[in-house]
Amino acid sequence: MKWSEFFVTGEPLIYAADVAIVLTVIGIVFVLTYFKKWKWLWDEWLTTVDHKKIGVMYIISAVLMLFRGGVDALLMRAQLTAPNMKFLNSEHYNEIFTTHGTIMILFMAMPFIIGLMNIVVPLQIGARDVAYPYLNALSFWLFFVGAMLFNISFVIGGSPNAGWTSYFPLAGNEFSPGVGNNYYAVALQISGIGTLMTGINFLVTILKMRAPGMTLMRMPMFTWTILITCVLIIFAFPVLTVALALMTFDRLFDTQFFTMANGGMSMLWANLFWIWGHPEVYIVILPSFGIFSEVVSTFARKRLFGYKAMVYSIVGIAFLSFIVWVHHFFTMGAGAAVNSVFSITTMAIAVPTGVKIFNWLFTLRKGKIRFTTAMLWSLAFIPNFVIGGVTGVMLAMAAADYQYHNSYFLIAHFHYVLIAGTVFACFAGLHYWYPKMFGHILNERLGKWTFWLFMIGFNICFFPMYFLGLMGMTRRMYTYSEGLGWTPLNVVASVGAVLMGIGFIVLCYNIYYSARYGERDMTGDPWDGRTLEWATSSPVAHYNFAITPEVKDLDAYWEMKKSGKGFEIDEEKLKPIHMPSNSGRPFLISIAFFFAGFGLVFKWFWLAIIATIFIALGLILRSFDDDDGYYISVDEIKRTERLSGKGA
Amino acid sequence: MGANHHHETFPWKHIVGFILSLVLTFIALWVALSSGWTIKAILGVIVTLAVLQAALQLFMFMHMTESDSGRVQTINMLYSFFIAVVVVAGSIWVMWFVL
Repeated sequence: MKWSEFFVTGEPLIYAADVAIVLTVIGIVFVLTYFKKWKWLWDEWLTTVDHKKIGVMYIISAVLMLFRGGVDALLMRAQLTAPNMKFLNSEHYNEIFTTHGTIMILFMAMPFIIGLMNIVVPLQIGARDVAYPYLNALSFWLFFVGAMLFNISFVIGGSPNAGWTSYFPLAGNEFSPGVGNNYYAVALQISGIGTLMTGINFLVTILKMRAPGMTLMRMPMFTWTILITCVLIIFAFPVLTVALALMTFDRLFDTQFFTMANGGMSMLWANLFWIWGHPEVYIVILPSFGIFSEVVSTFARKRLFGYKAMVYSIVGIAFLSFIVWVHHFFTMGAGAAVNSVFSITTMAIAVPTGVKIFNWLFTLRKGKIRFTTAMLWSLAFIPNFVIGGVTGVMLAMAAADYQYHNSYFLIAHFHYVLIAGTVFACFAGLHYWYPKMFGHILNERLGKWTFWLFMIGFNICFFPMYFLGLMGMTRRMYTYSEGLGWTPLNVVASVGAVLMGIGFIVLCYNIYYSARYGERDMTGDPWDGRTLEWATSSPVAHYNFAITPEVKDLDAYWEMKKSGKGFEIDEEKLKPIHMPSNSGRPFLISIAFFFAGFGLVFKWFWLAIIATIFIALGLILRSFDDDDGYYISVDEIKRTERLSGKGA
Repeated sequence: MGANHHHETFPWKHIVGFILSLVLTFIALWVALSSGWTIKAILGVIVTLAVLQAALQLFMFMHMTESDSGRVQTINMLYSFFIAVVVVAGSIWVMWFVL
């Protein structure tokens, strides 16, 4: 292989990216060396098994990926703003919409949600860590190297270009001979393993590690949604694992599972992809519902309306999410009977979702509403998500879908549910729980600027797309001719995209500004919260709770405050706390996964085999690992609690 | 955490399960690649082997018999069975038009 094939060449944009990557790496190495931070990085972050630090790393990665996916989106909007643009050629455009979709779903939405659940769930259930802290670190690092492997594709070897769905036969060797789609198959596989382990980890954590008194029906709504999400992950991700493995075999070893010839069945890929893909969208939306439930209830100063109905709706949505997948390919030709069944199951999902919408509205009714940034995101979610949901029901009608299918109407629909649902929730959750992560509050004024810029920009960007779709503009077209009359709405959409970009920049500035000048949270309970995470100090001590709280009510901490006691720590009752030890092995195993993946992408099997030996070695070492963790002494707990102002 | 993770005895169950899984896999591989049977016979045999191996792993690795709560296990198994039927039978039904 020649160097000119190994590195992507010939595009000025790519050369600029090469320079930026080299400069960034040099910058990071320089800063770490100059400030002598290498040991700090290793001890505090790379080897940590603390769920809060892992959560923070997930969120940092997610924000980086939001930047990457956002740049992709802006490049696409630049290309589509005017007819016959020559900004991106068709091949480059294909690569960019592919990486935009894959990154936004798998490397932005998923890690943002998983980051928040890492930080919040153990705190909400009164636990000191997750059930398997070591596994949790491995989950994160596998996700991270998967994301990095996927991201280097655009400078080394070439990006995948068959869409985030990577339908066969387009994604097969015959039509996509380069290494780009190998990246898709391998990188998603690696991060998928991490996600699957996260699902198992949190299912066990929630079922086994709740504080005494917290029955299932006293769990905070966010924890409930995560529990159900874990069930979805555990049952849906194996399908993706198998489908990606078959794809990898097809691409690397010339098997014929999804090919056109030799008995292969290309449409089976679409079928398997969406058996995973539909539960996947609920994996990112259910936790969002949980976040909104927490925020709405806190800032309306009311108990969540219809808690039980909410729980049953989540279970119902999760159940239905497994039997609707065909609505992604009504036009494939499965026939009237198949399409009708899946049309009906799809529309049925609107019922439990509607129940939840009304529950949020009734929670707000007669509430003492405080318009904080987190609350603004949650309030904006309701109407925006309903627009996405109603157009979803339109798409669910199989006969009508033949008109909407793969048009910009669909693009508008799923951005309305994914951005107004998941992205708004991530921002709401970020503002809401930020004090728990860093000990200070994100500036509210800048937060509201972000909100208004982003929310208005979002509507300006995506609302016109419904009409563009009805006017005949189809998905994934890289340019269009002048006479079609699509230009004005495309210009409007691009203006909206720029506003969203500015909103994101304000958010990043807010993170910097608040770290320097932000209001420190001395109380640990800045929003007058209701659930147990607000009973801890901000930032949270690494053992979370000096003594395990006792839960008597759904809003456990609210009940403690109402009964006048708060969450008092009786120093007499302190006992040494058992905590898991840090380990560098998850990080090192994941590095080996990276090289194994890289070897597979380029069919350098010697590299893949050597790296796999290191993975196996890591697993063997782990199984002979006798480290049972360590104890934090009572004296140290007392010191920490007094410093945070919680101890007596 | 805090629980004692050390097993008193050698994990025979896991070793036997692992070896049996390998044996079943290699039988399937042989049947598919070099048995020379009819396609229908090959499909029948490898599907049977797959079901056998799934059952084997449930008992050898997945602590099927070790839970204190039979109800949770029952719900788990019923739901898994439901999903398996949806995925397999559903896919066959959906893809029937090209089969």
